[in-house]
Formats: sequence, structure tokens, C-alpha cells
Amino acid sequence: MTTHDNIVPQLKRTPLYDQHHALGARLVEFSGWEMPVHYSGILDEHHAVRSRAGLFDVSHMGEFKVEGRDAQAFLQYLVPNDIARLAVQQALYTQLCLPDGNVIDDLLIYHLAEQHYMLVVNAGNISKDLAWVQEQAQHFPDVTVTDQSDTMALLAIQGPLAQEILQALTQVDLKELRYYHFVADRVDDINCIISRTGYTGEDGFELYCASVDVVKLWTDLLGVGKPQGLVPAGLGARDTLRLEAGLCLYGHELDEQTNPLEARLGWTIKLKKGNFIGRDALLQVKEHGPQRLLVGVELLERGVLRGGYPLYAQGQCIGNLTSGAPGPTVHKHIGMGYVEPLQATAGNQIQVEIRGKRCSAQIVALPFYKRTS
Amino acid sequence: MVSLKHPGNLKYSKTDEWVRLEGDQATVGITDYAQDQLGDIVYVELPWDAGQTVTVDEKFGDIESVKATSELISPLSGEVVKANAELKESPELINDYPYEKGWLFAVKIADASQLDGLMDADQYLAYLQGR
Repeated sequence: MTTHDNIVPQLKRTPLYDQHHALGARLVEFSGWEMPVHYSGILDEHHAVRSRAGLFDVSHMGEFKVEGRDAQAFLQYLVPNDIARLAVQQALYTQLCLPDGNVIDDLLIYHLAEQHYMLVVNAGNISKDLAWVQEQAQHFPDVTVTDQSDTMALLAIQGPLAQEILQALTQVDLKELRYYHFVADRVDDINCIISRTGYTGEDGFELYCASVDVVKLWTDLLGVGKPQGLVPAGLGARDTLRLEAGLCLYGHELDEQTNPLEARLGWTIKLKKGNFIGRDALLQVKEHGPQRLLVGVELLERGVLRGGYPLYAQGQCIGNLTSGAPGPTVHKHIGMGYVEPLQATAGNQIQVEIRGKRCSAQIVALPFYKRTS
Repeated sequence: MVSLKHPGNLKYSKTDEWVRLEGDQATVGITDYAQDQLGDIVYVELPWDAGQTVTVDEKFGDIESVKATSELISPLSGEVVKANAELKESPELINDYPYEKGWLFAVKIADASQLDGLMDADQYLAYLQGR
């Protein structure tokens, strides 16, 4: 447990801290947590996930249970995506929006059972989100919101061999489990939510279990997957993988100054479903068009793109990068950022300012990487 | 840190560059500790052309790993004799061979007294442990 009354803020650790240490992980601060950025190296781990499989400890993520007779109506009001269409054993990607349509956080919602949901939020936003969700829940008489972040752990096994590796530890017929569906069942004799989701652009699963069980699950998964080349993978590879896959990261592509339509998440905004927080503002954005748009950017000369770098066209600043890194699979230096809509066309030749120097770049379609199988 | 190498015949700076003396010239690189801290190196910007000058304790280039961007600080003043052009295409040589194929540049030493400001391997190791 973490104490909050220290003068020096104590970094939180997942239950797997000792395992990470023993595996030689480089641990860094991430959103108040001490997390592995890499074990053998970011590039090794990136390639392992694209070609075989990687195992990520993402237990820092937050989980809230939302229960009660009004749970569905409440969530329908809380988020822009359509909860009414979410069947039991399905998961959904959506956002928490402010009344002005900007994004408090992005999250997954799991429909665990009738009147019973789980919200999975970003680690750095747990307390902010909890306060917001609880405040909004007061408008609904029969809803209970419980933070389970401290007692729940989360592993992600990702890559083309993830199914084969995980199958060795569960009775569930994984090939029947469709994308964004889940089952509650045993893996390695441990009660888990087995979810076919991920954040890498590869096939894979996310496994939610009790914190007390996660050391066994982690150790046994690494053991059973070793012959197929499963390796532990850190947040560094998670970032290059999600960037190649064109996935937004909160604090970079999404924040409280950005709405989901700018971020090209219009497919998750269901304006016809009825009222929800931010609907009026998002309707306005939709009618008038976003003031800027998320784009992919590819560097055309030597160098590395990073979040924050300004973008130029015809000498005028047209926006900024929000993320940037080498793309190890696409063999290009890539970034995502926001530009004026008129500049957002793929193929548009632009410049990016790197340490005061303007370098050639171009706008490209997202994602940079899409798996073939 | 046990597995990292810091050869006894080199001089070291507090900004993690190493210096190998060769007469009135010196070869400069970054230490095993530095490359390990950075992780996978994907880009380096150096004074590529001979004749450029570098100044002690001032920036002479940039180095980027997958995750981070860092400045390179010169341990000596002088005129660049040659830079390691292989690093343009293969910056990972710095990770793999920080003291051999991963060298950065050779410099004609302008002021030999600056060498006195550098550490030997034992001092550098003690400095790292105190960090």
C-alpha cells in the first residue's frame, strides 16, 4: 500500500516489482509509478511482440466497478460511446468528456454482467477520474462506483503467438474469443478476466486478476511461453508499438484541451444515442468541423521525431507533434500530431523543427503499421 | 554496473565521455555506462566535417535513443580531425562497442592542461557510484 501523507511523494510499485528487478529491468517513473521501461532493450522487445509475443505488466492501470440498477443509464450519460449496444462479455473503447467535449481520459468499459460494469482507466488519471465518475453518479439513485485499482492486477500478452502460448494455461477455447470480447475464467488456476484487447497493433489478450495472484500468473506465463520466444516487455516497447499502430496515448494525443473528433475518434462518438456529457459541444464540432486534426508524420531526413516539435508549411506554423519515436517495424522515424485541417492531407510536404532546424517531413495516413493476418 | 566496462587506459568526463590519448590527438566517445543508460541508440549528430572546433564543457552534438534525446558535451577543446561517419548509418555501434567502433570523433588537442580536469577509471567509477 502507498501512503499519501509523505512529503516526498513515494512512487507506487506493482506486485511484480521484484520480478522486474530480477529480470534486469530498467525501472523509471511513469505517472507516479516505478515501472519497467525495458528489460533486454526497447527494440528487442518491440520486434519480439511483432514477430512472437511479449508480456507486459500494466497493473498500474486503474479499475472501477460500476454497479446498480441505474448503471447502464449512468454510463450512457457518462461517455459518448453507446453502452446500450454493449452485450455482456463485450468491451468498448470510449472517453470521459467534459461538458466542453474535451477529454478527461480514455478508457475501456467491460460489461461484466447485467447491471455490472468495469471501467479501465489510465494510471495517471485514477484519482481525477474517480472523483469525476463519483460526482456524476450522484445524479443516478442506484449506482455504486468502487475503485478496485489497488487489488487488481493486469497483464497484457501481445503478439502473433499470444493465443498459442496462453492456450496452454486455460480451458477456454481462445480461438473462439473475438476481438473486444472477454470471458471470466481460469488461467493457470487463477480467476481472470481474459480479454481479447491490447495496445500494440498485434493480436493478444489482457488478463485481469487479483493482485495477490499476479506473481504466479506472470511467472508461469513467461515459463510456458519461453520456448515460443515470449519475453517480458516494458513501457518503452509499448509506446513504440502503439505509435506504429496509430493509437492515442493520454497526455499526448488526448488531454483536456482536445476533443475526440480532433483525435479522429469520431467512430466512438454516438451523437444519436441520446444525451451524454459533452454531447452539445461535440455536435457543434461535428457541424462546424474540427479546428485541427490528428495526423501521422514521417521524417524524410536523418533524425528522430519527438512530441512537442513544431510543424511548418510554407513558413507558417501549422501545429505540433504530440508523440514521436523511431518506428522499428516500419523502419521510419514517425510521429503523431495536430495540424490545421487544410494541411492534414496525406502526402502533404511539411517541415518539422528539430532543435531549431527545419527538416523535411510529410503527412501520412494513420496507422503507420497494420498487421496482415 | 558490475558488468559495465570502463577501461583503465582512458580518461573520463563527468558528462560520461571518454578520452583516449594518442600523441597530440585524442579520440572521444561515450562510456559504457552512458550507452547503457540511454538504451538503444538510433541517431547521433556530430561535427562531421574535419576542421570544426569543439570547446571543453560545451555541446558538440546530440544523441538520441528510442526513448530520449541527450546533448553530447566535449571533454576537450580543439579541432576535429575526423568524425566516425559509420555512425550515420549504424548508430547502434555505440551500444555494441562504445570504446571501439562506436567512437565519436578525433580531435587535435588545443590545451593539454584540460586533461588534468578529467578522471581516471577508478575515479569515474567512484563518481558513478555516488550519483
